Amino acid sequence: MTDLHLGHHLHAVEDTPPSVEGVPGSDRHAILALSRVSKHFDVAGRRVQALSDVSLDIKEGEFLSIVGASGCGKSTLLRLILGLDRDYQGEILLDGQPVKKPGLDRGIVFQEHRLLPWLSVEANVAVALRRSKLSPRQKRDTVRAHLELVGLEKFAEAYPAQLSGGMQQRVAIARALVNRPRFLLLDEPLGALDALTRLRLQDELKRIIQHEGITALLVTHDVDEAVYLGDRIVIMQPHPGRIAGILPVILPRAVDGSRSRSDAAFLRLRDHVLGQLGVGQEDAVVHAAE
Amino acid sequence: MSTQAKTRLARPRLTRIWRAAALPLVLLAAWEASTRLGLVDPHQLPPLEDVVARGWSESRNGDFLTALAASLGRDLAGFAIGAAIGTASGLLLGFYRPAQSILGPTLRVHRQIALFAWVPLIAVWFGAGEPGKIAFIALAAFQPSLINTWRGVQEIPDRFHELAAVLTFSRLDFLRFVGIPAILPAIFTGLKAALIYAWQATIGAELFMTIAPGIGGVMMQGRQLFQMDLVLLTILLLGLVGAGFNTLAGLSETLLLRRRTS
Repeated sequence: MTDLHLGHHLHAVEDTPPSVEGVPGSDRHAILALSRVSKHFDVAGRRVQALSDVSLDIKEGEFLSIVGASGCGKSTLLRLILGLDRDYQGEILLDGQPVKKPGLDRGIVFQEHRLLPWLSVEANVAVALRRSKLSPRQKRDTVRAHLELVGLEKFAEAYPAQLSGGMQQRVAIARALVNRPRFLLLDEPLGALDALTRLRLQDELKRIIQHEGITALLVTHDVDEAVYLGDRIVIMQPHPGRIAGILPVILPRAVDGSRSRSDAAFLRLRDHVLGQLGVGQEDAVVHAAE
Repeated sequence: MSTQAKTRLARPRLTRIWRAAALPLVLLAAWEASTRLGLVDPHQLPPLEDVVARGWSESRNGDFLTALAASLGRDLAGFAIGAAIGTASGLLLGFYRPAQSILGPTLRVHRQIALFAWVPLIAVWFGAGEPGKIAFIALAAFQPSLINTWRGVQEIPDRFHELAAVLTFSRLDFLRFVGIPAILPAIFTGLKAALIYAWQATIGAELFMTIAPGIGGVMMQGRQLFQMDLVLLTILLLGLVGAGFNTLAGLSETLLLRRRTS
């Protein structure tokens, strides 16, 4: 498995931006390409570098986990991909086209569910279809189908406040998917849930994403979650936010595609990621994955 | 379990009612005692039973009810006009940026001017008769409904703006699904305040502008004829009507916004 532009900030040549075409065969599959993305904020007159020279290619159908401590700019990265913030340097290409604004090709699940409290579960999902060209009947059907996908068809009439945290987040997942986006962006979607619910939803997320055959980008600070769900893990480090390494996840899978969380290879990989994040060893060496 | 929870809740509630009632009861007792013991001149502070008797006789007398109806009608007319314009302006200011920069500063200065300072101007523009009174009441209702609605719009959480952007909502969809529902509680707060301000302004208009049928008129009459029982009766009535408005507004709010517990 080759990683494109992996940690190219380590390269000595700065004046030749890496081109997507430069890597043979890769551009065919890379549907989201970030090249040399940098972003800074001005906080009280001081310049804070949120992202520094981030390059990343995401392939069709891939599940990419981005893991890092808070402040590493991983949520900022998602905002840029969503098109919520256009004030950055570098380039973000979606199917070869620069990202200019939010679009229904990218669905997002935020850490807080962001359901509208005055709408029922069903209406909360349906509201995402306001710009859809489906007929009213098709809309109703697809809302139903997505509520079934997250197992909440019986709660269609309920209001968000009547649901548990895990259920609320499942509604948010249904809302993010109802437009059948090509990308599902997940911004610490399970971060606010209790440990048991989180484990259960990780499996559910895995099932849903396989079912939809969607390309997913998960931002998390939970290393277990990143390893458990990801096909590749992007490790980010803060101050300034940058990619410290990209690791492929090659772990044995059961027939249903699930991985064992206690498998020796899983634990090894997890410890390796933790090491790269500077946990468990004093001087974490930043190095690229094989 | 639920009954247990209920009794646990019921007890503080009863305590609350007792505490709230304690001061008025003490005042009433002091009033009664001072008039009975001859500590005060009954012309200045008539005994409680005189006021009650006066209330009884007045309630059977058509004039008093006519006055109450006149005040309420004036109050509601002014409230409706002022609250409608105020809420609409608040929406315009909140959702339409240019309006904010054009009107905002003026309105902030306007806020600093005491309500009664407008009386002379309104009297000249609208006359001191019915239109002037209603204009004054409307002005009183305008202010709180404008400010609360405006603030409500400003306090729509960023996360909902972001959600609307991600779902590529049109402006109209944003208003329908996010904006208006999000600010309904603020609008209600404004309307509640407007209701109280309008009621106060009603009596103010009746006292400070020309005499007209109304509670304020009755109060003036009581003062001029030195019938303190009538004056006290009107004060009690003002409080009761105000409290009634408050209760009604609270009830309709819980009824309308029942589902929004989050």
